[in-house]
Amino acid sequence: MSDAENPPTTEPIDPSATDGPATGSDLEPVSVFGDDGTMDLRPGADNCYKCSVCDTTCPVAEVDDDFPGPKFQGPEQWRLKRKEGSEIDDSIMSCSNCMRCDDACPSSVPLSQMHNTARGEYVDEQMDKLSVEYVRNRILANYRTSAWFASKVPRLANFAMNFGPTRWVMEKAMGITSERDFPAFATQTFREWWRNRGGADASRRNAREARERRGDPVDADKKVAYFHGCYSNYNTPEVAKALVRVFESFGYEIVAPEQRCSGTPMFANGMLADAERAAEVNVASFADLVEEGYDAVASCTSCSMALRQEYPELFDIEGIEDVAENTFEALEYLRIKEDLEGAIADASVEEQAFAYHAPCHARNQGLDRQALELFRELDGVAMEDVGDSCSGISGTYGWKEEKYETSMKIGEDMFEHMHDAAGDVGMTECPTCAMQMEHGTGYEIKHPLQLLEEALC
Amino acid sequence: MAIREDVLVVGGGIAGATAALAAAESGATVRLLSHKKSTLRQASGLIDVLGAIPRDGSSDGADPAGDRSPGDRTEPAGGGSTGESELVADPFEAIGRLPEAHPYRVVGGGAIRDGLELFDDAVGGAYEGAHTDRNALVITHGGTVKPTARYPESVAPGLASAERDTLLVGFAGLTDFDAPAAAAHLDAAGVPFAVDGATVEFPVRFRDDALTTRFAKALDTDESNARRRLADAVRDADADLDGYDRVGFPAMLGDDEGEAVRTDLEDRLGASVFQIPTGPPSLLGTQLEDLLFDALDAAGVRLASGNPAVGYEASDGRIDSVLVDRRGREVPYAAEEFVLATGGLVGKGIDSDRESVTEPVFGCHVPHPEDRYDWSEPEAFGGHAFARFGVVPDDDLRPAGESGEPEFENLRAAGGVLGGADTAREKSAAGVSLATGAYAGRRAGEEATR
Repeated sequence: MSDAENPPTTEPIDPSATDGPATGSDLEPVSVFGDDGTMDLRPGADNCYKCSVCDTTCPVAEVDDDFPGPKFQGPEQWRLKRKEGSEIDDSIMSCSNCMRCDDACPSSVPLSQMHNTARGEYVDEQMDKLSVEYVRNRILANYRTSAWFASKVPRLANFAMNFGPTRWVMEKAMGITSERDFPAFATQTFREWWRNRGGADASRRNAREARERRGDPVDADKKVAYFHGCYSNYNTPEVAKALVRVFESFGYEIVAPEQRCSGTPMFANGMLADAERAAEVNVASFADLVEEGYDAVASCTSCSMALRQEYPELFDIEGIEDVAENTFEALEYLRIKEDLEGAIADASVEEQAFAYHAPCHARNQGLDRQALELFRELDGVAMEDVGDSCSGISGTYGWKEEKYETSMKIGEDMFEHMHDAAGDVGMTECPTCAMQMEHGTGYEIKHPLQLLEEALC
Repeated sequence: MAIREDVLVVGGGIAGATAALAAAESGATVRLLSHKKSTLRQASGLIDVLGAIPRDGSSDGADPAGDRSPGDRTEPAGGGSTGESELVADPFEAIGRLPEAHPYRVVGGGAIRDGLELFDDAVGGAYEGAHTDRNALVITHGGTVKPTARYPESVAPGLASAERDTLLVGFAGLTDFDAPAAAAHLDAAGVPFAVDGATVEFPVRFRDDALTTRFAKALDTDESNARRRLADAVRDADADLDGYDRVGFPAMLGDDEGEAVRTDLEDRLGASVFQIPTGPPSLLGTQLEDLLFDALDAAGVRLASGNPAVGYEASDGRIDSVLVDRRGREVPYAAEEFVLATGGLVGKGIDSDRESVTEPVFGCHVPHPEDRYDWSEPEAFGGHAFARFGVVPDDDLRPAGESGEPEFENLRAAGGVLGGADTAREKSAAGVSLATGAYAGRRAGEEATR
């Protein structure tokens, strides 16, 4: 028992508080970034007792001997930084932000929060803003901007992005690996489909009909705000459509409010200012709906992770706590609110077998087993877990020319298990894991919502 | 309330896993909840049942010698710093000498056998020791000897009871295991064999402070002929290798290919090769975690980890659901029967501040002296009262309130969260978890499927 009695608070500190620091002790709080006083990570650093279990769960450290691992990137780097004039070690850029270390720590050290802040500081203060690496990372992190342009001319974009000479130039000039195929842009985005379909009004009508059919009260308070994110809007609208149909079939009225990127690729690239701008739009947009009684649901586990954990850990935005508390992953939400197990028990689909991979960000929200457990009970379906390794792509990480090899080494275990599995269709919640699974095996990859749609709608 | 099973087990260590396996055998649907990766990663991977009976282990900590004759006093082999204890050769025979409030006295020797049987089934052939009730003596990385009921196959050739001359080998730069010091410690304790220690350079160079898993992987894949070169390095360090019957290494001799690595090294060294359990992050502990969780999966137990249990909903003296904190939002997990297996003070199943000691999920009664200076002894390795803090079970392992009545009809407790045992001094942590986990899980399953 420590005599200092430091409560392990890692919340942003309100600098305007008059009654002293939030640590509530006579120890001076120590801020990460000098005196601008946004975050006190000291109790988090002090909680580390160096058991190194985080290091053994780090997928990057497992394949890259030069990467010092989360124990160094988190508490140790934080302490080293206390010395004036010391810099953040550039190895922080090799952290893929899978956040597995959070889940491994028996002492609740906020490792990913430390990594995110250190990376942000490194990019802000030590990275050359004119360097190819910075520009490349900025473009990758702002995927939504590129996707928005591409979605205007999807067919041309699909051709150009995978055109050999373009890719050669991109690799040589930008450091974007030419090994991967760019994901195809849908000819119609989800939002276009949603608008054509009649938007929220159509959804309300569908939901009411479903309630009548189900015997639910017609005025039941079943309302969700959908955070579809960029990928299911621009690239896989079939996932977003599946969510809409499944939720409506349970009697939920859906709205698809204005939204930007969740910020996930920006955190991973240390572009915290970009992430905060996106977060401000998202929180403003969803906070009002939450106040009206809507719950937020996401189909991408990295998006729900960002809204739930990274936003409140890193930013101080009005309404952020309410949004974080009321955000759910789609399947999780139905498991909590509806008798999903009962619905599945009564359903059946054509015989099919899946090789399921749980994304790291699903693990950290405690969601890594739900698709497996649910679909094992579905008549006609064989589900196989392809093991607990990371897929290795970690969003934009595996797109970087210098990280490609590491990314594929991390993924090796998963590829092998996928080949061994009976099914030749992959399943995962994360769009970039899906890219990696497809890239490594050539399998078609589905989202659990698509199977749920097939079973229930 | 849609997430519902017959039995909900809270806690992902040995006690929780055993309870879940026992409950599943009854045909109940079972879910295991755990906050983080299992604490088995911190553990040695050894299964101790009862290695010693502390002589000052009475509940007030003020009875150092009791009324036993001085002839009973024995120092643990190679130890000496754990206070006065009576060493135990046969745990089953010794249960009767434990304090009455000890969990073993509540569930009895039958439950210990039950727990061990579940364990043996779960780990398949990966562990040895089932052939006898008597304790095996396993060499630890500190050069002490630990009385143990079950131990990994790769540890078996190193038992201290075998009169076979022994060479311990450590790796330069690996601070956790100092082979010459461990050997000297064993020698001083009077083990019945000659023992020496040598430190060698690991044949593959890693960065400083390299992961333990990195050593294992290099041997798994035989990276740069690591196996041959390791054997050569041992030969170079000790020219007279022929004098040893066995060679012990820290438990990093491969992971997936562990058996092949050992066989390879045995051929090259002309001696049997064994592993010495290490501290965290422990490869043997991680492997045990994998074995147990594979068994849970095979038994159809549902798993949910990543979020902590923080409270409950109850009506009419029965728990309806456990509330799981999902970053600010409490999600109910409903069941008929519940098992609390969240661990003790170290595992955070028991919490304390300057005023009091509490059980944070259900708020069960945890008796403790009012003055916190009575919680511990001046001696670091003394018979601390805090070591025995925990919930007090009734005769059906239900945590009881001050009056002795169960707090809830459908809640049982297992493992470190139970009070009355000083598991570190008794060397009984795994056994208490197995025995009470088996009992609590089986009873929960019976009640839920009745």
